[in-house]
Amino acid sequence: MAMALRKLGWGGVLIGRRGFSSTGELESSSSRDGKLVNLFTAVNQALHIALDTDPRSYVFGEDVSFGGVFRCTTGLAHRFGRQRVFNTPLCEQGIAGFAIGLAAMGNRAIAEIQFADYIFPAFDQLVNEAAKFRYRSGNEFNCGGLTIRSPYGAVGHGGHYHSQSPEAFFCHVPGLKVVVIPRSPRQAKGLLLASIRDPNPVVFFEPKASTLKFIFRQLCKIYQCWLYRLAVEEVPDADYMLPLSQAEVIREGKDITVVGWGAQLSILEQACEDAEKEGISCELIDLRTLIPWDKETVEASVSKTGRLLVSHEAPVTGGFGAEISASIIERCFLRLEAPVARICGLDTPFPLVYEPFYMPTKNKSCFRLCTCEREYTSMTKGQYKRTTFHLWILFRQPIRALTEAFVQILDAIKSTVNY
Amino acid sequence: MALRLARSRLLTHILRGKIEALTTFDGVSLPNLIPIWFNSSPANGNDTCRGGSLSNTRNFCSLPHAGSVQANEILTQDDKGSISQVLDFPGGKVAFVAEMRFLAESPKERISCYRVLDDSGQIVSGSRFKEVGKDLARKMYTDMVTLQIMDTIFYEAQRQGRISFYLTSFGEEAINIASAAALSLDDVVLPQYREPGVLLWRGFTLQEFANQCFGNTLDYGKGRQMPIHYGSNRLNYFTVSSPIATQLPHAVGAAYSLKMDKKNACSITYFGDGGTSEGDFHAALNFAAVLEVPVIFFCRNNGWAISTPITDQFKCDGVVIRGQAYGIRSIRVDGNDALAVYSAVHAAREMAVSEGRPILVEALTYRVGHHSTSDDSTKYRPIDEIEHWRIARDPISRYRNWVEGNGWWSDADESELRSNVRKELLQAIQVAERLHKPPLRDLFTDVYDQVPNNLRDQENLLRQTIKKHPADYPSDIPL
Repeated sequence: MAMALRKLGWGGVLIGRRGFSSTGELESSSSRDGKLVNLFTAVNQALHIALDTDPRSYVFGEDVSFGGVFRCTTGLAHRFGRQRVFNTPLCEQGIAGFAIGLAAMGNRAIAEIQFADYIFPAFDQLVNEAAKFRYRSGNEFNCGGLTIRSPYGAVGHGGHYHSQSPEAFFCHVPGLKVVVIPRSPRQAKGLLLASIRDPNPVVFFEPKASTLKFIFRQLCKIYQCWLYRLAVEEVPDADYMLPLSQAEVIREGKDITVVGWGAQLSILEQACEDAEKEGISCELIDLRTLIPWDKETVEASVSKTGRLLVSHEAPVTGGFGAEISASIIERCFLRLEAPVARICGLDTPFPLVYEPFYMPTKNKSCFRLCTCEREYTSMTKGQYKRTTFHLWILFRQPIRALTEAFVQILDAIKSTVNY
Repeated sequence: MALRLARSRLLTHILRGKIEALTTFDGVSLPNLIPIWFNSSPANGNDTCRGGSLSNTRNFCSLPHAGSVQANEILTQDDKGSISQVLDFPGGKVAFVAEMRFLAESPKERISCYRVLDDSGQIVSGSRFKEVGKDLARKMYTDMVTLQIMDTIFYEAQRQGRISFYLTSFGEEAINIASAAALSLDDVVLPQYREPGVLLWRGFTLQEFANQCFGNTLDYGKGRQMPIHYGSNRLNYFTVSSPIATQLPHAVGAAYSLKMDKKNACSITYFGDGGTSEGDFHAALNFAAVLEVPVIFFCRNNGWAISTPITDQFKCDGVVIRGQAYGIRSIRVDGNDALAVYSAVHAAREMAVSEGRPILVEALTYRVGHHSTSDDSTKYRPIDEIEHWRIARDPISRYRNWVEGNGWWSDADESELRSNVRKELLQAIQVAERLHKPPLRDLFTDVYDQVPNNLRDQENLLRQTIKKHPADYPSDIPL
């Protein structure tokens, strides 16, 4: 199934620095010891460390022995032996089921599903078994050592079955820590190590766009810019973890909050830059973990900006953006100045030649950012000019203060009436 | 995949062409053409001659390495002087034949079934089996009877509305107890749901069974699952889940862990005839064979998957036949013969643990009870059939005849046992019924190792509503 991709070879060539930095937790001296690596090398490093630091850890999946079709497991079998790093038969439900059994015996089972598009045969095992293992046994048993890694997302030529972003399916399953989607090599390493060591089953999606940038650069000019951005960054050699369930503000702004994850962030970052030129200041948040997700960070940001745009590659209907949108409206209704906007994939199967139309591209996002920012104006007064809009900017702080006071009064009334 | 196959077909074609022309291979170009499939086998060139039974056959694997393959290596002369040809293919040598021959859809005869006791409980002459001493024999009998009584009483309790659901193991007592008796406590059990006898054998008390069925505060599952979904970490018995056959791949993973830890133990997983139609069955057997793990796949072929007879379930000769296709040693055994089940599982365990290999056991039996308390099996199968298996083929009385024949059991023992078990069970039910349910907070624990914020919020909201509308909620759940 991955023949075509194999034949093309692998993008080992590194192209420039990434656009944004993932500082925060990593501002330690160790970050200076790092090398410039791309995402799959970072994943490979993490797997090396995981196998090295815990003798009860195992890495397996289809084509894993020779290094995997994305080269994430390169060198592991050689170093740790074919008993700890091995091929499995071509059977996703078997991989997931086997991994659950292995994890339930107190091991760290790090399973690879070759493409997220092929994870569905394993859906029953993940939903009915892994997710409920601890709960249904009353904590007599658990498969917390389970981590399922899988590359997801658009690649430029993947068509229906090498492009999908199935994260929302798994977000609907209590018991799975779902879906950590790292936007960059440094993030990938820290989040993967944290996922492997987390005492809950984790489904971990990796953006394959950044591992395959080289190919796409050749094939598809339209992706050139954003794939460039995800090229390489300095990744510390050390063993480090990034916290799960913590979003990160990767760009501060005051007019609109933009939430995304994984490869989509690089698109959003460019959209934010373009919006900036239009005078709109965007705050960009990398959600990093989708379940359980960091509502507080998003809420704080939206409370400040009054606007929210969520963006993902998966189809818009029933996507995780809908969940974020609903939650934020619940929490920030009175602070919102425009409807929550979603720029996502279309509600079609992932199409091959139409991929550029399907994708939530930079310009789609930027356009929506601008309309979203001006929504309030058009909604209420229609004829407002940009100058009026700036007046609003000027006065919105006191207005917000009033609104908040009103909310407090409302809350007080609610509690007395015993709502 | 397709590419690989195409390549191998092409190579086979080239190879044939060369052979037919009876020319010598170009010793240089061929190995270049055939990097994986023909001259190399896993570890090295010399120890890969698995197809050793093909006599008179010189083969590729005797050759040191690529670069020295000669055509005459694959031309062989059999006794009659005709020329036959052999393809050294991963997995061993394959003979070429001129005749077009399809494999038959099934062997001429059905696979036979191993038994030790005949219908009357006498040892079948010439049968070879693992000796069972007096104490073990009595304990096995005691537990078979206990299981039957437990089923009877819990079934009644469900009919009286005291528990919400139940599922009996009637007719499969020998499978439950004898297979459990042949295992060590270190062996890990991954059950379906009709094997409570295994847990009973391991020491789960009647009180513990009752606590689970009543979903009270002492239920290890904290009242979260329907009755009969038992589990015990202490007894190496993984918690039952309802989906069919999902536990099979788990058993393979667990066995892999035992193998890596060099434990003197195996895993065993139980499933029914219906379960063999699930993808997980295929996945598990294939994984187990490829990864060479010590696991016993125990199929209780009881003829019925709820209302679906095995004739609607599969066309082949039951389950045992499939083992061979996966490369798994297999046996068919009389599931109503406790001694046969005991011996077969004992031997299976020996092979699994000492040789690190999977074993498939198919026990032929009959589900004498309904599928569950939600089922009335007389709607889809004749009562005569049920009665025949219940009376004429009852595993307990057959086994009792043998135990009694040895002078190890008497009528007095029998009545004492039955009355004791009944008493203990009724007592257990009373206790279980009186205990309160698990507290509300356990609704939110164990989803993850710690309760995340969204669940805390939801718990708070729920508690507010309960405060306002307490009548909407059951009163026996402590807040």
